[in-house]
Amino acid sequence: MDLKELSSVVQTGSQKKSKELVKKALDEKIEPVKILNDGMIEAMSEVGVKFKNNEIYVPEMLMAAKAMAAGMKVLEPILTKTGVKPVGKAVIGTVKGDLHDIGKNLVAMMMKGTGIEITDLGVDAEPAKFLKTAEKIGADIVCMSALLTTTMPAMDDTIKEFEKAGVRDKYIFMVGGAPLSDEYAKKIGADYYTPDAGSAAEVAKSAVLKKSK
Amino acid sequence: MANVYDKLAYDKLDDFIYGSCPKPVKTKSGLVVGGGEIYPELNFTLPAMTVDSNTIKDAYKIYKEIMDGALKRAVELHAPGVVLEYETLPEFTIHPEWGIEVSKIIVDALNEYNAKYGLKGALRATPNDIREMNRPPIMRGGEYWEEMQQIFEGFGKAGADFLAIESTGGKEIDDDALVNADIQKVIFALGVLGCRDMKFLWKKMVEMSNANNIIPSGDSACGFANTAMVLAERGFIPKVFASVVRVTAVPRALVAFEEGAVGPSKDCAYEGAYLKAITGFPIAMEGKSAACAHFSPIGNVAAAVADLWSNESVQQVKLLSGMAPVVSMEQLIYDCRLMNEAKRQGKGTELRDLLADSDSRLDPQAYVLRPDVVFDISRGILKGKTPFERTKLAAQLTVEKLKKAIANKEVKVEKRELRWIDIMENQIEDVPDDELEFYDQIKDDLDFDKFLPKEYGLD
Repeated sequence: MDLKELSSVVQTGSQKKSKELVKKALDEKIEPVKILNDGMIEAMSEVGVKFKNNEIYVPEMLMAAKAMAAGMKVLEPILTKTGVKPVGKAVIGTVKGDLHDIGKNLVAMMMKGTGIEITDLGVDAEPAKFLKTAEKIGADIVCMSALLTTTMPAMDDTIKEFEKAGVRDKYIFMVGGAPLSDEYAKKIGADYYTPDAGSAAEVAKSAVLKKSK
Repeated sequence: MANVYDKLAYDKLDDFIYGSCPKPVKTKSGLVVGGGEIYPELNFTLPAMTVDSNTIKDAYKIYKEIMDGALKRAVELHAPGVVLEYETLPEFTIHPEWGIEVSKIIVDALNEYNAKYGLKGALRATPNDIREMNRPPIMRGGEYWEEMQQIFEGFGKAGADFLAIESTGGKEIDDDALVNADIQKVIFALGVLGCRDMKFLWKKMVEMSNANNIIPSGDSACGFANTAMVLAERGFIPKVFASVVRVTAVPRALVAFEEGAVGPSKDCAYEGAYLKAITGFPIAMEGKSAACAHFSPIGNVAAAVADLWSNESVQQVKLLSGMAPVVSMEQLIYDCRLMNEAKRQGKGTELRDLLADSDSRLDPQAYVLRPDVVFDISRGILKGKTPFERTKLAAQLTVEKLKKAIANKEVKVEKRELRWIDIMENQIEDVPDDELEFYDQIKDDLDFDKFLPKEYGLD
């Protein structure tokens, strides 16, 4: 079976066909990791390029993400059994006091598409919650979002929480949101600021690959 | 008894113009909004800082500094009147005493400038809707709703002129609907959940306003239609979709007026143009001079029928010429000065049309705010008997209008947008006219972890 077929099905958003083709590929003894990389992640990468080139909109990307998730339901148990690990793990959340989550959700969706495993803390997430979850799942990246000038300082508090626990250097910190800037990210000691969901996913993937080297 | 709006408040399109409306509103200082002149409405916020009991006094000091700077500039530039909007940050609603204290600082400053310089001013107090702090949101009870009611009352007692809000009922469903460009779910979020919550919320707000000597002004679909506008601007969703969402938000906002709101509606409620056409009450709008807060493709057309002209919000930071709120005040005053002078010289309608024409060909979101388009679609919306029917009609009529405008080359739309017109048309056709039938139909697609039907009387 040509995995391009699976990639194409994922890109067009067919959840049912995505599941069927993953099953078919497994039946044909194709390596699970190859199915993941050449069928799923390849599809999401193509979709990402189309989005970047203004050929498609987010709803079309979401349809592809849902199709990928449907296929992953079949593939994931096999990957776990064979010890295949995700590209990286990220904890993501909107910081304490802030309820805005559309941007954060898009970042999570696009990061998933790069093969990063996401744990989403939702909105109004306390610094301690970021720390506890990151430690629990063995995260590589901590992603924080804020949309208010008065909640930006909660990002600083969150990084300090990791510093206090003596684990700051284990993690890559990424921040984003309308009032944020590269300058502010540097000021609070975050590693990366990205202005949109697409660049956040790209930066996250390259940062996590760099970290694992 | 709810007010009934079943026909336009205007007979002639030429009367539908900035600065004037059939039902002007008078403030405590004698400023008449919608009585002939357009006035600036300045909004402002704190710089990046933590707000807690340790820093609250610093926050008060910053608000005082903003007042002094902005009102001084208003006097220097001979502004005939100004409205200040204080929109609370969540901390100031959760601690109503903090929010009320800030409103007192603003009222004192307005009174001082009125006494010293004769400047007519007014305060619009806008608590943010903290009911969504609960996930899923608890809309009709609980500590957050209690705190909101405390602040409604406190703002009135502190001497604020207008009570407004950006309410969020239905947003928990609308957010996903927007990123998925799912017009059916948008209709459900706005036309079922939003309208039901508005009825509950505004009944209470009007009741409390009347008891506390504050004018119930209006709501904004900011969290709905402006979110769509921002997503469209970033290329996340089609602009034609955001345009349809804008008009689909009108019947929801109208519920506030049915319950007794009298304007001026909120600045970021771009659906205001429709509200003014339907109710005859004054509206606030924002456009090019709100570029400090966000991008918009409707910078000029937004002013065409505005009665207050706003900057949306700007934080207290230093720019070359001074602090940012002072800069905004100056920009708004000059915008209003030109518009008022045009009217004085009998060129008001001409300027209104220039404002509309300069934007409306370039973006469908601007097109749906053209005064003539607003008139046409509003007439159609009012044929609906219930807020839900009107919501569905608003979506349907906007799609039809855009389709014609695109075919006639009246508005520029990217090629990749076109198929979304057909997608929306088909999706809207499948929506039944009865809201409960629609609820039944859409149930399987709703995420019940995100919203509680009983909070909307849907059990």
